Amino acid sequence: MWEQIRDNQVRSVILVTAMGVMLLLLGSFLGQTLLGDWSFGLILALLIWIVMTLVGYFQGDSILLSLSKARKIGPDDMPRIYNVVEEMKIASGLDKMPDIYIVDDPAMNAFATGRDKNHATLAVTSGLLQKLTRDELQGVVGHEMAHIRNRDVLLMAMCSVLLGTIVIIAWYGSRVLFFTGGTRRSSSGGGGAQIIILLAAIAFMILAPIMAQFIYLAISRKREYLADASSALYTRYPEGLASALEKIAASTEQVKSVNSATAPMFIINPFRKNGRVAEDLSSTHPPISERIRILRAMAGNVSLAGYEAAYNQAHKGGGGIIPHSSLVSGDITVQRDAVSAAITPAEKERAREASDALWKLHNYREITCNCGLKFKIPPDFHDTSFTCPRCNTVHHL
Amino acid sequence: MLIAILVIIAIAIIIVLIIAGIYNGLVGARNQVKNAWAQIDVQLKRRHDLIPNLTETVKGYMQHERGTLEAVTNARNMAIKAVDSGVAAQAIAEGQLSQALGRLFAVAENYPDLKASQNFLALQEELTSTENKISFARQFYNDSVMQYNNKIQMFPSNIIASMGNFKASESFEVTDAVEREAPKVSFS
Repeated sequence: MWEQIRDNQVRSVILVTAMGVMLLLLGSFLGQTLLGDWSFGLILALLIWIVMTLVGYFQGDSILLSLSKARKIGPDDMPRIYNVVEEMKIASGLDKMPDIYIVDDPAMNAFATGRDKNHATLAVTSGLLQKLTRDELQGVVGHEMAHIRNRDVLLMAMCSVLLGTIVIIAWYGSRVLFFTGGTRRSSSGGGGAQIIILLAAIAFMILAPIMAQFIYLAISRKREYLADASSALYTRYPEGLASALEKIAASTEQVKSVNSATAPMFIINPFRKNGRVAEDLSSTHPPISERIRILRAMAGNVSLAGYEAAYNQAHKGGGGIIPHSSLVSGDITVQRDAVSAAITPAEKERAREASDALWKLHNYREITCNCGLKFKIPPDFHDTSFTCPRCNTVHHL
Repeated sequence: MLIAILVIIAIAIIIVLIIAGIYNGLVGARNQVKNAWAQIDVQLKRRHDLIPNLTETVKGYMQHERGTLEAVTNARNMAIKAVDSGVAAQAIAEGQLSQALGRLFAVAENYPDLKASQNFLALQEELTSTENKISFARQFYNDSVMQYNNKIQMFPSNIIASMGNFKASESFEVTDAVEREAPKVSFS
């Protein structure tokens, strides 16, 4: 049960390879039409891919985090989220505690990144911290932890690098082709064959990004179901994630700092349009309503097999999501003992907790006056004292 | 002749590799059980360490609940004593500590001043989370034990397990041990 889900990994490797082949084909086609030398195009595409993969591997997480303006927190900055992450770390059997980042954003979302289990990072938006109860937060963190444990994070990063490379090469290639294609064709004088290659190259340039995108989406959607199943298994409480997804679905705000390459890393598709229910090929995530329905249909059996059964019920036996090798263990029942029935502060307090933590992370100092008023002192405040507007007490810094 | 020898050598190498793989799998599973057990220990110890802070904080607010506080302190001392006396005894002692803590937090609901105290809220968060961590660590331990025991009992790894002296592990059943006690209701 805790073994890596190999079947899925093999399938993912095949899909990634397909994307890689597509990139190399695109490179050689372009080389042939633009320079009359396919091997040069091939090598150039390969080089770009390698460089981008290396950058993505070693710097991907920090690029992503700085793009989303995330801030790292420690155990004392915000004990609740830190504890929830540590709980899920223990439940998933991860050796090392992932870094936790908070994105200052009222939208509700979360993502995981990092190249492997020992260099993992988990980021949540402040909106999520405000609106979710402890059980719901646990479900979301369990989902992200499953991405880390199932090594989805690296796979998705590599896929988005590939997709990005294909899109960039196709885009620039088509621009160059439109301006210089004619001259190259007349000078080499190949006649009919040359025109066919040119047409093929144009067709391929249009199709490659679309096909790559479909492959990418196919990989990422399957992984979302798998992460939901694992989250239910870790928390032993699928209702937590289900009701979190419900709240997220009901919220209307979109994450600001996101682009199409980073979209699959979030718990829900940050680009989703409101009210869309139908599953289509152009979505990185399965529709939320369906994920909720499957989680709720697990009916007390929270094992991977229970999720599989609920999935098949929803899809009328459509193939299944979890390979048989990991379905051997029997039923696992929902567990929620009395003590862990969460102590969650009210939403207003959670909002205050989240904003206090963010002020602190921005180096604001907090001073509480005797009359109960709280002050946030900005880091560039240079006076040595200030007066409380309510009780006129002078505070010295 | 030469080909036959090569084939035999190749088969021998493959068999050795398979045996090595199974053996390493067993060792890995056994180590995971050990690590998982260590995780439970870490969290239990953390809970023992947090309790004196809690009783100290609560004492001033709850003058009339001396009995509840003492029950927590006693249960903690029993749990610390039980650390070296085997899985079953430890499970019972820790289960009683959980119950005593649960009662304390239930009683705390009646004290608005206490519930407003930042210190108490922070401790409550820590203890609740530690409680969760204990049950998640136990969950992972039990899953690891099941995986390891399955390997020991299933063919073909059971052959190598019996040769390599791998012994089945015991799972940690706190809730069962506690739930088996009948609840005591007294009307005196």
